[in-house]
Amino acid sequence: MEQKLVALSGNEAVAYAFKQALPHVAAVFPITPQTEMMHKYAEFVANGESDTEMILVESEHSAMSAAVGASAAGARTFTATSSAGFALMWEVVYIAASLRLPICMALVNRALSGNINIHCDHSDSMGGRDAGWIHLFAENAQEAYDNAIMSWRIAEHMDVRLPVMVNYDGFIISHTADALHMLPDDVAYKFIGKYKADYALLDVENPITVGPLDLTDYYFEHKASQLAAYPRALEVIKKVSDEFGELTGRYYDHCEEYMMDDADMVMVMLGSSAGTAKDVIDEYREKGVKVGLLKIRTFRPFPFDYLSKVLAGRKAVAVLDRSASYGGQGGPVFMELRHAMYGQQVPIYSYIYGLGGRDFDLHQVETVIKDLQKVAAGGEMNNVNLLGIRS
Amino acid sequence: MATNLKQLTKNEELLCGGHRACAGCTGSNILRQIMLTAGKDTVVGGATGCMEVVTTIFPYTAWKTSFIHSAFENCAATISGVETAFRALKKRGDLPVERDNINFIAFGGDGGTYDIGLQSLSGAMERGHNMLYVCYDNNAYMNTGIQRSSATPVGAHTSTAPSGSQSTGKQEIRKDLTKILVAHNIPYIAQTTPYHWKDLAMKVEKALATPGPAFLNILMPCTPGWHFDPAIGIDLAREAVECNFWPIFEVENGVYNINKKPKEKMPVADWMKKQGRFKHLFKPGNEHVLESTQAFVDKEWEKLLKLEESTS
Ligand SMILES: Cc1ncc(C[n+]2csc(CCOP(=O)(O)OP(=O)(O)O)c2C)c(N)n1
Repeated sequence: MEQKLVALSGNEAVAYAFKQALPHVAAVFPITPQTEMMHKYAEFVANGESDTEMILVESEHSAMSAAVGASAAGARTFTATSSAGFALMWEVVYIAASLRLPICMALVNRALSGNINIHCDHSDSMGGRDAGWIHLFAENAQEAYDNAIMSWRIAEHMDVRLPVMVNYDGFIISHTADALHMLPDDVAYKFIGKYKADYALLDVENPITVGPLDLTDYYFEHKASQLAAYPRALEVIKKVSDEFGELTGRYYDHCEEYMMDDADMVMVMLGSSAGTAKDVIDEYREKGVKVGLLKIRTFRPFPFDYLSKVLAGRKAVAVLDRSASYGGQGGPVFMELRHAMYGQQVPIYSYIYGLGGRDFDLHQVETVIKDLQKVAAGGEMNNVNLLGIRS
Repeated sequence: MATNLKQLTKNEELLCGGHRACAGCTGSNILRQIMLTAGKDTVVGGATGCMEVVTTIFPYTAWKTSFIHSAFENCAATISGVETAFRALKKRGDLPVERDNINFIAFGGDGGTYDIGLQSLSGAMERGHNMLYVCYDNNAYMNTGIQRSSATPVGAHTSTAPSGSQSTGKQEIRKDLTKILVAHNIPYIAQTTPYHWKDLAMKVEKALATPGPAFLNILMPCTPGWHFDPAIGIDLAREAVECNFWPIFEVENGVYNINKKPKEKMPVADWMKKQGRFKHLFKPGNEHVLESTQAFVDKEWEKLLKLEESTS
């Protein structure tokens, strides 16, 4: 199969991927850095390249609400947002997952206010980490595109039926032109498949009640059944990714392991900064330093078993979070990861970096590697560390 | 046409009995009457509030049509999504069952409509969805224990603006939501009550037949919220029109039409007297609230008459 090599921004790439799923409905509201994605989509519709019905709502709260309505009606539905927009959706983000609606959302990661800042960090996505969505992260436009294609298969899989959030870093991925391979439309659609809702509001001959009052007698059972979907989702993500790999030659798992086979020291992170880290790791590898990178792609459901196996026996682990948990200890990825490693004697440290789009540079990676070397040699350091701030 | 009683009584009940509304609740009357007219090919959305709560306690549902509740403030947006899905699926031949038309009805209380859901409603109306939004206005947040809303009339006692030695109840004038909807320039807007069943059925029918958005504001006397004998709720709906507190009228493409002009205007105080929420106003010293209420109602009525005259 011929894949087209194109130069696109992350926003354009994801707009194409969503278009290739032939969604019935898109409900969107502008916010930087997501806007370019909805502009691109609006162009598709205006030029007759897509027959998706766009609902140009008056807020993100209504974007998610309209998406819930459309999806419950039986439509393949997407939305897209960033930062404050996602925060405004929050109440309905839970509802989408609880109603088991396979909505896909591009979350172009941006810092939360205040102070207001339009640049990348992951605090928006992390704010919704317990809401019940699947969170996929990408390192570049290619991965964002691929995740966006796979998101439909995962969300709509009968063992899952959960909404999927396709995360990619604001500006760093969303606005930089990148070379990537795109699937032909027919191949992409064949891979994704046609969507059919099992229960649809529009099936007026078989009426249903969605979102009833659910009290002490049944609510918990519904939550138990939702909870049971997440381990299954991990399996489905893997299966869909394998199939995608066979089709495209681009294989994905819950994590990418870079120089991990013999690594004593490991850096763990999400998103575009993995690219920066890989460069520095290459340098240190040349010097014989056994350092590797674990890039997490599936943040929700969190791949606990995968991580506890991969990290077993390592001498030092640094978890780099592009968001903070105020009043907690370390960043969200750190907390999950250390929990995954419970009972193992692997030293794990937290680094917070890049808040509000602060550049993640080579020096920061070096700092972490040097810290890891110290710890691997039996040294001590702080549990939680800030990277790249003014002294 | 379903607006004759004989036909209405033959129509299928789509909001079935056994729901948990209070004795004497006029809200369930409103929904039942709407559904008798709307018929089976309807998808209903309810905002969080009494009528959603009492009709959908899992594992039961009183709805014989498809129904969705999502949250308190987003019913209009939710139904706008359902309506858009209908157009999108129809265009592709993807509808689960073939239909040329389905009715989309969103409803909410005054809290969910005048207040927290106003933005969502305004957005959905402006976008022109083919849907009917129904506000059942019982003048307060009843579901959470009778708190004041922007629809609560001056002088009413509520849990958050109670009457007391230093207060005559709510101080602020109620918002005129219907006028706000008129400002949206949508094709059909009307006010009615559950007493005026024929008027209500006619308005639902018109609203659903009108392409594009339509809005109905329906007064809903509330037994526990207004404090009255459960037997008289429907009468209070009638009297609200007789005293001009709640005129029933339509605005069709900007043209006002008052459906009922009381021959002999009933004093507003006579209507208020039957409701415990205004009891304190009948104590010596509080006459001024009754007087200002009468003056307000008279002024609003005059304005309405002029609107009818100037737009016809
Ligand atoms: C975002 C949000 N805020 C508050 C509530 C609590 N709440 C539920 S129903 C309700 C009042 C509903 O009032 P109204 O819309 O007038 O309907 P009624 O109860 O009178 O039927 C409130 C405050 C909620 N469910 N969601």
